[in-house]
Amino acid sequence: MTPNLYLWLIPVLPLVGAIINGLFGKRFSRQTVLAIALGFSGAAFVMALWIAAQFSSLALPHVENLASWIRTGDFQVDFAFYLDQLSLVMLLVVTGVGLLIHIYAVGYMWEEGGFYRFFCYLNLFMFFMLTLVLASNYLLMFVGWEGVGLASYLLVGFWFTKDSAASAGKKAFIVNRIGDFGFLIALFLMIKHFGSLNFAQVFRIVSSMPTETAGAGLLTAIGLLLMVGAAGKSAQLPLYVWLPDAMEGPTPVSALIHAATMVTAGVYMVARSHMVFDRAPQALMVVAIVGTLTALFAATIGVCQTDIKKVLAYSTISQLGYMFMACGVAAYSAGIFHLMTHAFFKGLLFLAAGSVIHAVGGEQDMRKMGGLRHHIPWTFWTMTAATFAIAGFPPFAGFFSKDAILWKAFSSPYGSWVYWAFGVFTAFLTSFYMFRLWFLTFFGEYRGEAAEKRGDKHIQVINSRPVAPAPYEHGHGGIHESPKVMLIPLVILAVLSVCGGWVGADRFDKFLSPALHAGVTANSQEETAAATPAPEPKEQGGSESLLTGISVLAAASGLFLAWVLYQKRPQLPQEIAHALGGFYETVVHKYYVDEIYAAVFVKPLIDGSTRILWQGVDRDVIDATLDNSAEGAREVSDAMRHMQSGNLRSYAGWIAAGAAVVIAYMVWTGTR
Amino acid sequence: MVPLSYYLVLSGILFACGVTGFLIKRNIITVFMSIELMLNGVNLSFVAFAAQWHALSGQVFVFFVMVVAAAEATVGLAIIIAVYRTRETLNVDRINLLKL
Repeated sequence: MTPNLYLWLIPVLPLVGAIINGLFGKRFSRQTVLAIALGFSGAAFVMALWIAAQFSSLALPHVENLASWIRTGDFQVDFAFYLDQLSLVMLLVVTGVGLLIHIYAVGYMWEEGGFYRFFCYLNLFMFFMLTLVLASNYLLMFVGWEGVGLASYLLVGFWFTKDSAASAGKKAFIVNRIGDFGFLIALFLMIKHFGSLNFAQVFRIVSSMPTETAGAGLLTAIGLLLMVGAAGKSAQLPLYVWLPDAMEGPTPVSALIHAATMVTAGVYMVARSHMVFDRAPQALMVVAIVGTLTALFAATIGVCQTDIKKVLAYSTISQLGYMFMACGVAAYSAGIFHLMTHAFFKGLLFLAAGSVIHAVGGEQDMRKMGGLRHHIPWTFWTMTAATFAIAGFPPFAGFFSKDAILWKAFSSPYGSWVYWAFGVFTAFLTSFYMFRLWFLTFFGEYRGEAAEKRGDKHIQVINSRPVAPAPYEHGHGGIHESPKVMLIPLVILAVLSVCGGWVGADRFDKFLSPALHAGVTANSQEETAAATPAPEPKEQGGSESLLTGISVLAAASGLFLAWVLYQKRPQLPQEIAHALGGFYETVVHKYYVDEIYAAVFVKPLIDGSTRILWQGVDRDVIDATLDNSAEGAREVSDAMRHMQSGNLRSYAGWIAAGAAVVIAYMVWTGTR
Repeated sequence: MVPLSYYLVLSGILFACGVTGFLIKRNIITVFMSIELMLNGVNLSFVAFAAQWHALSGQVFVFFVMVVAAAEATVGLAIIIAVYRTRETLNVDRINLLKL
């Protein structure tokens, strides 16, 4: 008898908050709105903790069936929730980081219009994300998957009166559709060949299938299609273009959705489907290559960005690439480990960046910052922790997870030194652009002049109402530290960014292994080991510490280079940029990927729609058919109208003529 | 004996005269007379066929036509008089009050 954990309550609690705030929030005071929003997401977090507390006594995987959803013939999908080690980790990350960001958002959004709308969407996002994480079948997962996309769309376009924000929301939504298309096809293949979408059943069937070493087969196809979906949601090449634009959303949204949780859904999905990938080496290789290339590609773009949030956005893409690299060498636990630490430090980086932006009155251009460390010490120190964490300095969290990934990329039977080399070079770039951000923002002289007036960005008033006095001291004018309600989440996340990795990759791997290695029988592991000419056990201990040393060295040299370029000799970057010329221009313009996509996909689509579908088909065929037949009917009627003149004798004439014709015909037939 | 075709040709000529008069004449009395002419053209062919085939039904038809024609003439002339009294014209083209 397994205990009933009421798993369904976890996603539903934020949903209730979203519904209450969405329906009645407009009439509530700000305090009521945030009490509801924080109360329900906090309750979800408490429930997650409660489950974690009794986790060791559960029989895993723990499945709870709430209601049946679709039953048709043998095929059946239920509203059922699935708890194992993997979903527990995701659950804690999503509810924990989610709650912290909710708290932060109270301070950040206090003066914005549409306060209740923001928290309604935020809670809605939590609902869908928790559904995604807890679903026990692919279809329910897909519901969550689409739902977070919807929440992301709503929140990216939160300042919908701003054109760029509205179109960024649309771009995110549309690019995600491409990925979802792949995901859907994968689901269809599963239904056709496995007759089920339940994790338990699918994995049972898959586990009895042989590894597709010889050639690509069904599992490879499913794996690749799932990867298409993951690439869309997790912003991998070639579908990453939506994420940088998504920075148009409020900063807490960037932190929650576009750094900590939603974009990692693809990694979660790949790890969840590890049964499929384990048996499809080609698909696994594609995952690894996509991840590696994305990591490097995004990191190089990040080096040249000047918008503080854009740097972080490309950094997120790059770090997601690391996670996929880990999954691609079948080191799922390392990927999830990085997912977790990344949620801490990247969430923190975004929140701290939001705090910086808040401090300098809405300015996002790093060239107009500088010297802020004395003005906003709390933000400075927390951001420092996050920067060191993402750069991979021991003993910060990022060091452990990144090191685990790099080691696995090198040593795993699917790995290769090429992945490792790319990974280390990316680690160097990561360290460089993060410290570049750090130096530009916090050191040197203040270069902005907008300190006195608060940014216009904060005067976006939608659903305007008199702003209630903030429940905290909040001095305006000048560069000022953020209120406590924003600093507390920063501090908590900073502590996690420092300590979050101490659990160690090995212990984490051991904890997750029932979920991530179950069903990989010893037999098939031997098979894969035999099939791939596995690198000989490379003197584990010695080479691992050597590789660790190299990656730390890469991080340190990134720090050093950033220090030289942006602290010691601030003129040098421009000279280098000048020397590099065209290449530098290409990177600054993000390799012209957006322009290429616009030329190759968007413009033909718009032109085709305009010229062929609208002007050609709709206007010249459909409309024209209708118009011309109406016109024709009118003209024919016009002609016929003259027959009915009202002149009696002309009628008689017609009758006589008709009679004459009939008679002539009869005579003609009679005489033949 | 006069062959049947002579009667039929004469009948056709009478009918054609009637049609022509009906179409081209504007005086309502003349139109009326043209109608009578057509009726009698038809009557002629009826009786001719009746005589040819020794069938009485043709002659019966003719009596019916003559009765209807008499009734029609009565009603028609009454209408013509009524029209003339109100409109003071017998030109059919000007009797067009019902026309839109």
